[in-house]
Amino acid sequence: MVDNVKQSVLVALWFVFLTFPLMVVKVNTLNNIVEWRWMNMLWVAIGAFVLSIVWRWAMARRQLKNKKAEIGEEELTQAGLWQRSTEDPKIFKPVLTVIALVTLVFPLVVDIYQTNIMVLALIFVVLGLGLNVTVGLAGLLDLGYVAFFAVGAYTYGVLNSFFGFGFWISLPIGGLMGALFGIALGFPILRLRGDYLAIVTLGFGSIAKIVIENWEEVFNGAKGIANIPRPGFFGAEMSITSATVYTYYLMILMVVFAIFITNRLKDSRIGRAWMALREDEIACVAMGVDMARTKLGAYAFGAFWAGLAGVIFAARNTYINPNSFTFMESAIVLSIVVMGGMGSIVGVIIAALVLILTPEYLRAFAEYRMLMFGAVMVLMMIFRPEGLIANVRRKYAGRKVVTEDANV
Amino acid sequence: MEYFLELSCSGLVRASIYALIALGYTMVYGIIQLINFAHGEIYMIGAFVALIVSGVLTIYGFSGFSILVLAGLIAVIYAAAYGYTLEKIAYRPLRNAPRLSPLISAIGMSLFLQNYVLLAQTPDFLPFPALIPDFAFMEPIAHIMGSPELVILVTSAISMVALTVLIKYTRIGKAMRATQQDMTMARLVGVNVDNVISMTFIIGSVLAAIGGVLVGSYIGQINFYIGFMAGVKAFTAAVLGGIGNIPGAVLGALVLGLTEAYAAGYISSAYEDVFAFGVLVLILILRPSGLLGKAVKLKV
Repeated sequence: MVDNVKQSVLVALWFVFLTFPLMVVKVNTLNNIVEWRWMNMLWVAIGAFVLSIVWRWAMARRQLKNKKAEIGEEELTQAGLWQRSTEDPKIFKPVLTVIALVTLVFPLVVDIYQTNIMVLALIFVVLGLGLNVTVGLAGLLDLGYVAFFAVGAYTYGVLNSFFGFGFWISLPIGGLMGALFGIALGFPILRLRGDYLAIVTLGFGSIAKIVIENWEEVFNGAKGIANIPRPGFFGAEMSITSATVYTYYLMILMVVFAIFITNRLKDSRIGRAWMALREDEIACVAMGVDMARTKLGAYAFGAFWAGLAGVIFAARNTYINPNSFTFMESAIVLSIVVMGGMGSIVGVIIAALVLILTPEYLRAFAEYRMLMFGAVMVLMMIFRPEGLIANVRRKYAGRKVVTEDANV
Repeated sequence: MEYFLELSCSGLVRASIYALIALGYTMVYGIIQLINFAHGEIYMIGAFVALIVSGVLTIYGFSGFSILVLAGLIAVIYAAAYGYTLEKIAYRPLRNAPRLSPLISAIGMSLFLQNYVLLAQTPDFLPFPALIPDFAFMEPIAHIMGSPELVILVTSAISMVALTVLIKYTRIGKAMRATQQDMTMARLVGVNVDNVISMTFIIGSVLAAIGGVLVGSYIGQINFYIGFMAGVKAFTAAVLGGIGNIPGAVLGALVLGLTEAYAAGYISSAYEDVFAFGVLVLILILRPSGLLGKAVKLKV
């Protein structure tokens, strides 16, 4: 314990040194004034000391856990608890009913502002579910996912401003365009793996933004496309409030649809092929899985949801410009997938809601949002790499052989 | 012809900066197979520290050359300290984790450092003082290559030679090469692998900080976001050349820098990034492990 404190004091001193020029000094080169913010130094020292103590404790716990896992002494983890509660209909059914009721009455009890934020959060749920297929199931790290989101949004924007297409026609077109781009971009990079894939997809993401920004004739450049109509209901005129509520229910439907499809797909032939590909590409191909088709399927399927979400995003905002489609958005969606627990659907939904809603409701923390995202991503990887809700692996549950009885 | 020379020169300047950063990526990758996504942020922090130090020194009445030396030195020291700490916090606990975990941790660290500088300093662009003096002897060809360009080229060349010497002829260099070839075996023959990895991060960060100071002084303004694009480009250069391969990183940086300069000069400067990534995709399709990278035989 004393040793811990001693070490933590050293860590605190090290961080005071490390953060000194950036946290304490602030130079104004125009007026030649130096601002010394000594208070910051104190905060850094206290913060680093406390965090170091917590860090040490957590690390010790983590080591203990790893050791236990090595000897095979399995703890009853939260994942186990989670699994049991989902399998037990006595708990599962009432919980599901309550969640369904809350989501249904939500827009009727809160005001339009809250509903609007919820729609945004639901859009990110769909994005998370889509990327979950590419990254979580198929193991293809995509750092340019936002490109497909942009494809969807701009499909609606362009079709509407040039040809006057409505929301309902644009929605499937947006999804298909997303999938098409997924295949088109996926094709040249079939042979790339892991890290190479990451950088190329990141490149695609930035190319998409550059093209949108500079192609004035079609995308209206940095000014963006305005006056995009909200989703219509058989041509009925709607006030902003009812249009928002309507969009909310649409989103709920879409999330349910996305959950249903991805859940079914997980157990399908192609879903199993994706997971096999994630675990070991060579073994998977050797077993006769068509690598190209499986990978392109994962890209197309992930991008399809991004395209759909993009169309709804454009309709919700009624205005889109290239700044909504930066690497930050890709990073946010990726952190949703990672924090939720890769491959786990419920985890992704919870993570999306937490990550999008928290900064909206805690306005004071809004500017610290990205800082915390970064920190949480690192800490998650170190202390809970399986995510909030771990994806439960299906195991072969054969007939149980009861050995003790055989002796009697 | 003159325009071509001018473009070539600006391409070479870009290339040497990319090379300085790319070396850090490629060295780290060579040893622990990790894309250190936060490497661009180290470059940015180096530039910021140099800016702050030179600002303070100017106000307290120091003069030209001493500012350059002190600012550069302190920036390099701080970058090394950040690189070392980064590895200890974000990557060391994940040494034996699945491949995706340290990569995501690196992206998290990159976001964290960017926003740390944004909150601690400013979200705006800051003017960076011109630390590099104008040499009289560069006057006649200043329209093609000015003094800052010359300093950048010479400094990067010296740094790369120094790195080569360090890796080829010193004890730590030998240990680094051994660790790169086989970590377990290096450990068995008594190499302290953890120290070697820390050292790799420190060397990479030093090179990145040199690049940061040079670029800041050359372009004249910096903000918290400069590290992201520079990092992506430098990583692209490292991948182009074959990641993990040190001469490859320099070659990749040359290809990338010149492509960008010519594309910007002859076609359109708005699309230079598109060309940079286009070249990357093209080369990776033809040679999936980069220009100088060896094709790795894959086994189950």
